Amino acid sequence: MGLFILKRLGVMVLTALCLTFVVFWLTNLYPNLEKLAKTQGNFRMSDEAVESYLGRNGYLQPLPIKFGQWLGVVPGWVIETDGTVAGKCFDAGTPEEARRSYCGVLQGDWGRSTVFKADVGGIVAERLGLTGKLMFFVMLLMVPMALLIGVLAGMREGSKLDRSLSTVSILSTATPEYVSGVIFIAVFASSAGFKIFNGSATSAMDDATFENFTLPVVTIALFGMGYIARMTRASMSEVMTAQYIRTARLKGVSFGNIVLKHALRNALIAPFTVIMLQFPWLLNGVVIVETLFNYKGFGWVLVQAAGNNDIELLLAVSVVSVIVVLLTQLISDIGYVYLNPRIRVA
Amino acid sequence: MEPLSWGEIFVAVMVQLTPVWIALVAIFALSVTFKGRLGLYGKLFDSTIGMIGFGLVMFWVLAGVLGGPFDLIVTHDPLSQVSGMKNEPPGTALRSPAEGDYPYFLLGGDNLARDVFSRVIKGAWIVVQIAPLATLFAFMVGITLGLPAGYFGGALDTGLSFLANLILAFPVILLFYLLVTPEIVQTGIPNYMALVLFAFPLVFVVVLLNARYWTRKAVRTPLLAVVILGLGWLYLSLVSTGGAVVATPEYRIPGLPAAIDLFDIDPGILVVFVSVVFVNAPTVFRIVRGLAMDIKTRDYVAAAQTRGEGPWYIMLWEILPNARGPLIVDFCLRIGYTTILLGTLGFFGLGLASESPDWGTTINSGRQLLRAYVHPAVVPAVALLTLVLGLNLLADGLREESLRD
Repeated sequence: MGLFILKRLGVMVLTALCLTFVVFWLTNLYPNLEKLAKTQGNFRMSDEAVESYLGRNGYLQPLPIKFGQWLGVVPGWVIETDGTVAGKCFDAGTPEEARRSYCGVLQGDWGRSTVFKADVGGIVAERLGLTGKLMFFVMLLMVPMALLIGVLAGMREGSKLDRSLSTVSILSTATPEYVSGVIFIAVFASSAGFKIFNGSATSAMDDATFENFTLPVVTIALFGMGYIARMTRASMSEVMTAQYIRTARLKGVSFGNIVLKHALRNALIAPFTVIMLQFPWLLNGVVIVETLFNYKGFGWVLVQAAGNNDIELLLAVSVVSVIVVLLTQLISDIGYVYLNPRIRVA
Repeated sequence: MEPLSWGEIFVAVMVQLTPVWIALVAIFALSVTFKGRLGLYGKLFDSTIGMIGFGLVMFWVLAGVLGGPFDLIVTHDPLSQVSGMKNEPPGTALRSPAEGDYPYFLLGGDNLARDVFSRVIKGAWIVVQIAPLATLFAFMVGITLGLPAGYFGGALDTGLSFLANLILAFPVILLFYLLVTPEIVQTGIPNYMALVLFAFPLVFVVVLLNARYWTRKAVRTPLLAVVILGLGWLYLSLVSTGGAVVATPEYRIPGLPAAIDLFDIDPGILVVFVSVVFVNAPTVFRIVRGLAMDIKTRDYVAAAQTRGEGPWYIMLWEILPNARGPLIVDFCLRIGYTTILLGTLGFFGLGLASESPDWGTTINSGRQLLRAYVHPAVVPAVALLTLVLGLNLLADGLREESLRD
């Protein structure tokens, strides 16, 4: 088991490195740098002005060197123009002896955001907290609902209850967040519908209430719910046909007891992995919902960073999301082994 | 003129959709009559869920085809603005309709005073064109790479699986934001990706036919020559625009001359198409790989191996036909997912032009004023919902019917 985890962690680091390099390469393509220079300076900059801005800020170095500097394995750039010395790792006024030579991810320095004019590490941590709050409520709503629907549908396969609950879960998987969000706002938060909830969740960042937080949470939870419910249903209906369930039935155990005490434990193994693997999908939902409801969390930062080609912020965002994806995969694998003693990994 | 009431709007929309109803009834009547002879497609008409799904999907396909190229259903031009109709509610009459104009905006006007109803129908045509085609290409890529990965295993499998997992670990929206921008189009990267991704169907068909007719050289050689020439021409027309395969400000790689180029693809649509194929292909790869690993242990594969068949014959003519059930079901589901992805791109204003009538873009432009005016965003949202729901129900019906025998 230890070796398995170690091996998986190694693959994880390799994947994260490859992916950040791809992001780095795409954001450092010249047209993207030109756009960055123009948003930082002004939009009518001449080609020479763009070139000199990029040169002054170290953007025109070869790609592997820039990537090494971002990682912190190559000393940061120091460029002297017209007598003033500027560097990646120190501010303009720093005396020579106080200047650091390495500053990268390995040193814990995530760089500076060009959009928000602040340290990337601080921005990402703050926004992740806000998204964490959103996700907590999403999970709180989504997981019990999905399991309940799945178990109820799967315990009597083919019954009326199963048919109607399965249709509900198909409907929820067919409704992407931007569709359900728009419909929810139209029905519950617009002048044409009922004005029960708030159509904007901006105020929920400081103070989440029932009015301003319900719609975003329900919107995200709905899309993920159907899939988990269908997996639970499949697993539950399979367990219900097993021999030991029939034995219990013939012995005269009541139906409620069979479902709760005999079937449920085995039926919940598969949904566990599915729930863990839903995290990366939820990330998509988070980006859409935060944009739609104007909730300034992690997904909103992703959109801002990508829209403005904010290279270092975008890199940090992609590192975080890639780690979330890979970590949940690892946890789901390990959890599966623990929950199901029949499976062994070398 | 008086605005229409809700009942009148409903009747008017139904009347406007008459061509769709006629075609839909004809298809259902024919299919139900001959369902015994139509294989899996015929069996679909035994399950209620499958029929509902098929009906929803065909509704939008027919609405797209009849409203798009045939221009039948639409009441107004989807791009022209009509004065005084800005954000007007459904059923509003035109202020001064010209001779021959349809006198109402059936589902209201959007924030640029365009007809919502016509835009939804025209948008259906865009979705109906891109989504199945992009899914088909993703399947070609996934099958061509997934079969050898599952069949041979080893280093090939490890390498390809690592690449697939790499793409899958990327959050889709981040990938879209990085790939689908005007700046990236300038660099020519989508053209390079198109060059690689569009080659897979060609490779697939050639290998498929070559494996089948390997022993009958007299049939194989002329057949392959015709196929390579025909598909090669299509491929080159697909990847070259204005006489060049890749054209950036710095350099250009010449392609098919414009005179014999069959069609040009708008660079905005090309980048959307390529990135949707790119995102979908790894998942298909994983499914096909898993199926191939499962099926290669069967007796009929061992029999083929003993007969001395080549590996590609076994993969394409023994394994692939036996994997078709799950693949057909996944194909339906994946068209739905591709539709959702296209909508996501439109929702973030990526790729397609901002006046494009496709559903995602329309939802995006409607959501700014959503709290005041509901209809411009809700109509395309419901359209997208029903199409994806139809595809999901269709897949469910197919799964049920294919499990039955």
